[in-house]
Amino acid sequence: MSVLRLFTGRTASAPVARERLQILLAHERSLRGHPDLLMQLREEILAVVSRHVVLDPDKVIVRMDRGKHVSTLEVDIELPNGADRAFASAG
Amino acid sequence: MSKVLVVTSGKGGVGKTTTTAAMGAALAQAGEKVVVVDFDVGLRNLDLVMGAERRVVFDLINVVHGVAKLPQALIRDKRLENLCLLPASQTKDKDALTEDGVGRVIHELRKTFDWVICDSPAGIERGAMLAMRYADEAIIVTNPEVSSVRDSDRIIGMLDSKTVRAENGERVEKHILITRYDAGRAARGEMLSIEDVLEILATPLLGIVPESQDVLRASNVGCPVTLNSPASAPARAYHDAMRRLLGEDVEMQIPSERKGLMNLLLGRRAA
Repeated sequence: MSVLRLFTGRTASAPVARERLQILLAHERSLRGHPDLLMQLREEILAVVSRHVVLDPDKVIVRMDRGKHVSTLEVDIELPNGADRAFASAG
Repeated sequence: MSKVLVVTSGKGGVGKTTTTAAMGAALAQAGEKVVVVDFDVGLRNLDLVMGAERRVVFDLINVVHGVAKLPQALIRDKRLENLCLLPASQTKDKDALTEDGVGRVIHELRKTFDWVICDSPAGIERGAMLAMRYADEAIIVTNPEVSSVRDSDRIIGMLDSKTVRAENGERVEKHILITRYDAGRAARGEMLSIEDVLEILATPLLGIVPESQDVLRASNVGCPVTLNSPASAPARAYHDAMRRLLGEDVEMQIPSERKGLMNLLLGRRAA
């Protein structure tokens, strides 16, 4: 195969496919017990934040990037003006 | 004017998801605003073929149920900024989709996008019905093979009776896309010819996509074949099909068999 690749100048795509599948399936299998984990996390994070500031649920963006070793859950909450003062009084 | 396009077939494994990704990317490259929507609830794969599987947070069902807003669930393609994906749910079952809910989502998508491309699941069950329900146009993906042609005929019947357009006395514009076409086998008479397929289905042809390793390679790396290898035969076929869909008159190329060295030496005629 490697000799063939020398001539065709192509790198095989199957290893890429294998790695993508391994990462994806590892995540899907781990979530099989509680499929709504992500949703639950979001709800609880929002509940904690909204205990201190008023937030608009439409201004909350949740992004996910599932990696091989670590995944990132990014919760981007846009706070209305004056929210910092609310923080200070709450704290 | 926005258009809702369903990519359907009845039979599984004929190339619906590949076609949705390739046509979606080709239309987006032509400057159209495109969203591809996966209707295969429980067995989603469009995210994988589009290379967005690591970025799925919300899905179609979440939007239908009001758990997430549409802009939160749409995943913007990293390569083409006017191409978005709305994934299916992997965990819910297909009964989670309601006709009204899907109708609301499609209605909202129409406001933002020029093309709403619905990737239908195989079969003729609820998911497939809902994928075609609000369609203005349909691509029926067909392989030149008896069971695929039979299932396509069944799907054509459903497009003519079970869609909102059909119920209002209007027509869903239907196009046949022949995929996995093997010129060599067709020349040897081992595969239904294009003329046979079109005669049986009595529906106009949108394009002929040859069987190719480039399609497999594209899905391996998670990139629509029209972006991953634009010069390849399947990418060119999808590109031509896209132009026909936009109303251009593009000459139909019937893929021909590449002559092998032995054939050339023996002076055999390939096609």
